[in-house]
Amino acid sequence: MEYFLELFLGGLTRGSIYALIALGYTMVYGIIELINFAHGEIYMIGAFTALIVASVLNIMGFGPITILILAMVLAVVYSCAYGFTMEKIAYKPLRHSTRLAPLISAIGMSIFFQNYVLLAQTSDFLPFPSLLPELEFLEPYAFIIRSSEVFIILTTLVVMVLLTLLIKFTRIGKAMRATAQDRTMAMLVGVDVNRVISTTFIIGSSMAAIGGVLIASHIGQINFYIGFIAGIKAFTAAVLGGIGSIPGAVLGSLVLGWTESFATGYISSDYEDVFAFGFLVLILIFRPAGLLGKTTTQKV
Amino acid sequence: MLKVRDIRTFYGNIQALKGITLEIAEGEIITLIGGNGAGKSTTLMSICGVVPPRCGEIFFRGTPIHDMSPEKIVALGICQVPEGRRIFPGLTVKENLEMGAFLRRDAQGIKSDIDHVFDLFPILAQRRNQAGGTLSGGEQQMLAISRALMARPKLLLLDEPSLGLAPLIIQQIFEIIKKINTESKTTIFLVEQNANLALKVAHRGYVMENGLITMSDSAANLLGNEDVKKAYLGL
Repeated sequence: MEYFLELFLGGLTRGSIYALIALGYTMVYGIIELINFAHGEIYMIGAFTALIVASVLNIMGFGPITILILAMVLAVVYSCAYGFTMEKIAYKPLRHSTRLAPLISAIGMSIFFQNYVLLAQTSDFLPFPSLLPELEFLEPYAFIIRSSEVFIILTTLVVMVLLTLLIKFTRIGKAMRATAQDRTMAMLVGVDVNRVISTTFIIGSSMAAIGGVLIASHIGQINFYIGFIAGIKAFTAAVLGGIGSIPGAVLGSLVLGWTESFATGYISSDYEDVFAFGFLVLILIFRPAGLLGKTTTQKV
Repeated sequence: MLKVRDIRTFYGNIQALKGITLEIAEGEIITLIGGNGAGKSTTLMSICGVVPPRCGEIFFRGTPIHDMSPEKIVALGICQVPEGRRIFPGLTVKENLEMGAFLRRDAQGIKSDIDHVFDLFPILAQRRNQAGGTLSGGEQQMLAISRALMARPKLLLLDEPSLGLAPLIIQQIFEIIKKINTESKTTIFLVEQNANLALKVAHRGYVMENGLITMSDSAANLLGNEDVKKAYLGL
């Protein structure tokens, strides 16, 4: 039972991180029908920004809480700037071209960001400081859950609630939903679609950055390649849940997280990815649009 | 109120409008009739800035709008009820109406305007919390018109409001269109394939063919015109 609980919570942690990234994929897809392959790189840039900020602040002698907050805030700001600029440079000019063009541009951005960080930093794994405080009352349960996992799960929960409130009740949230459902009509009621698209990239980038900082702090090391792997997994989760669907992305992420965690724990860690992607194939056979995706009939 | 001067609009390399010139005066109901693919909807989309014309000029109350983005044009008071109604399917009826008032900031006025359209179309009040996509065609058309009214337009563009609706519903919709024109002094530009119906409510009409205006006259004259009768009225 304890082993099961450990795997369950481990899966929930993974799923939370996937969800933070997958939401960026799914929201961008919902608005402009683009698979933003460079999204994982934004997450990686978030982690690197936090590492640099944390190192500098540490030398300057700041306390751990200050370091955590400033590293998180600056990681979010930096990632947003990258996400925003990426959309303006790589996707906006291609908005009226064939659907393949922005996709290739996205792959290009992904390769560019990876190599940019590789050149600017290093190809080696860098140790990442544990920014998240240790919770003492959890010590007796250390074999089931670590403090950092608690922080990851709780932060993700808070972010999800905030995102839901934003989408449901705010003016920009309504504009985002309307744009996702019918972009031309959104223009006709006066929505500035460019602003909605930029906002979507900014929201997606912030969540990815938060995820990047949390997981880097949990695992304790980063390199330029982490965004690619996490990105592919989160993208899988978004497809699993139904690309374009926000609850779908969260559900898909949790399902993927648990599948990996249980497969690793009960069968073999060598087969982690086999199970993750095997499960994806299985679900797509029976539900081609994903768990919560809508099968839309295209009108001709 | 609206002056369109020699606009040419393209979709890629395909020219949809080959020099359209028309004029709409304050308080009028103007109709634009023509067959499938004549460029009627493109004319409306060009006025709204969604498919901006490659050349030519459009003036709204003296302001040039042919280079403006759609949201600025909406802000000036031009609203469109597009072909096929384009209700936001996942938003509730109430949210659809609120989207219509997207550029307005007067919460109180928006609320009273929602009540006003609920008076105009009581069926929408019953369905206020239902998703827009679940409404029937007639209800969606009512919602589409109401959504446009929520912006308090000075010029209302209607694209094929009769399309796919039962005759009784069409009659009801056209009653409302006349009412909007007389009661709130909203100028109306009505695009229709149902020429007979359109010419009966309109003051003046334009006939369009292959991206060009081929005729323009008072609605009564067009109704009596032999060519129009043969081509569009099925007489």
